[in-house]
Amino acid sequence: MPGNPLRRLAARVAGHGIVLACKAVTAVRADWRGVPPEPRQRVYFANHTSNADMPMIWSVLPPELRDRTRPVAAADYWLESRARAFFGAEVFRGVLIDRRPEARIDNPMEAILRALDEGSSLIIFPEGRRNAGPDPLLPFKSGLYNIGVARPAVELVPTWIANLNAIMPKGEVVPLPLIATVTFGAPLRVAEGEDKDAFLDRAAQALLDLREAA
Amino acid sequence: MSSDFAALALAVAGLLLVLTLIAQALRARVPPGRRVPGVEAFAARVRGWWAMAVLLALALLLGRAGVVLLFAFASFAALREVATYTAKAREDHATLALAFFAVLPLQFLFVGMGWPGLFTIFIPVYVFLGLSVLSALRGSPARFLARVAETQWALVTCVYGASHVPALMTLSLPGSNEGALLIAFLILAVQGGEVADGLAGRRWRSRPIAPALSPRNWHGAAGGVSAAAVIGALLSWLTPFGVLGSALMAAVAAAAGLAGTLVLAAIKRERGVRDWSHLIPGQGGILDQLGGVFFAAPLFYHLTHFGWAVGGPQ
Repeated sequence: MPGNPLRRLAARVAGHGIVLACKAVTAVRADWRGVPPEPRQRVYFANHTSNADMPMIWSVLPPELRDRTRPVAAADYWLESRARAFFGAEVFRGVLIDRRPEARIDNPMEAILRALDEGSSLIIFPEGRRNAGPDPLLPFKSGLYNIGVARPAVELVPTWIANLNAIMPKGEVVPLPLIATVTFGAPLRVAEGEDKDAFLDRAAQALLDLREAA
Repeated sequence: MSSDFAALALAVAGLLLVLTLIAQALRARVPPGRRVPGVEAFAARVRGWWAMAVLLALALLLGRAGVVLLFAFASFAALREVATYTAKAREDHATLALAFFAVLPLQFLFVGMGWPGLFTIFIPVYVFLGLSVLSALRGSPARFLARVAETQWALVTCVYGASHVPALMTLSLPGSNEGALLIAFLILAVQGGEVADGLAGRRWRSRPIAPALSPRNWHGAAGGVSAAAVIGALLSWLTPFGVLGSALMAAVAAAAGLAGTLVLAAIKRERGVRDWSHLIPGQGGILDQLGGVFFAAPLFYHLTHFGWAVGGPQ
């Protein structure tokens, strides 16, 4: 089905619609503070407070970067209905990962590395789920570290999304039109011999530093 | 539209052409490879005026509906800029959604329909009472007064104020006078006053009015208001005010606009932002450009209404 040209056209139109909607409602703006918007292979890792996070990052990427960037997203969410599957798999071309280990037919890390080896950049949310609490960040899952170790040439770019928890809190249907900003920080790499916890702490701090400066 | 409109459009286009040529001449004097921020800011400001003039001219050609729609969008963008920085809690989501998607469209609908009994009191009375009830029903006492007060402030400035610009078209004026031309008069007086304030304040420096808020000073303010009076007198053919009345009305509008920009500067200073948003490249947000006009509009509307309107609303 993804090969059907009509569906591909529909996916592109829907993608442009999403970009337009994000920009019209929240006037979302990119702040390329630590990296220029260049077509290099990157993993953008971001804080996650709202379902609108991923479309926002996706929308502020320049089109030539957006075409080569795929979000890593939850299969159990994006495959729940046919409409969601259209957006998750064909509009965003998500790397869909099942969060329920018993339902997995594929090792999630293998799917992520396969996408990187095909040349795609990725958007990931290392907290693993939406943060509804008062802490700015939840503890990171180990995926980001594993990617950094397995593919050391890929830039890991901290990406802070400001204001989205007010725009679209969990459980609300109508988004508030407040101004959202997506800030891209200086890229990280796993250092020689750096252990998992030390790297994840450093990555979380890099993300929090963007929040302080935003 | 009348021949007055055509004459005004030509005059504004001519003025902007001259300003564009000045900006290009200034740019040409900058050595290659260098950037002078003042020159770039001036060029950006002139580009912003072109956009504003073209949009306003198109809206005026479409009639009242076009102007109402244009200012409704400007109001939406302005409310978004202020609401981004106001105090709010999870419990205010419905309140704010209602402000954006019900209060704002209703206010501009009332203006479009020409119902001054509603559009002059809807936000200051009914919305004021109703929205705070809605926030109270959601139950959180944390910073309650700050949350409802800041939301209301945003609505009065960005929606109530902005809607009184197109509201000028609802006034029945004597003879062949048109409210549409008063819109151009108001904007030219306020923006002219702001530019003259900046120029005069730099040329004749004095003690800042409020040093903690803005570097602007009394000499600038006097220069801005005087320049607006001259602009008003020159544009008296657009209005029913007469030459002296036009000078006075323009001066009052410019003074209100300058006062409004000082208030907006205080908020920006407290929230630690330089511009309200990045909507207009090189120029900041819609409030950086039109905040003074929004502040002056209700006063200008009421003075016109009490002083010159004949008969009921249109």
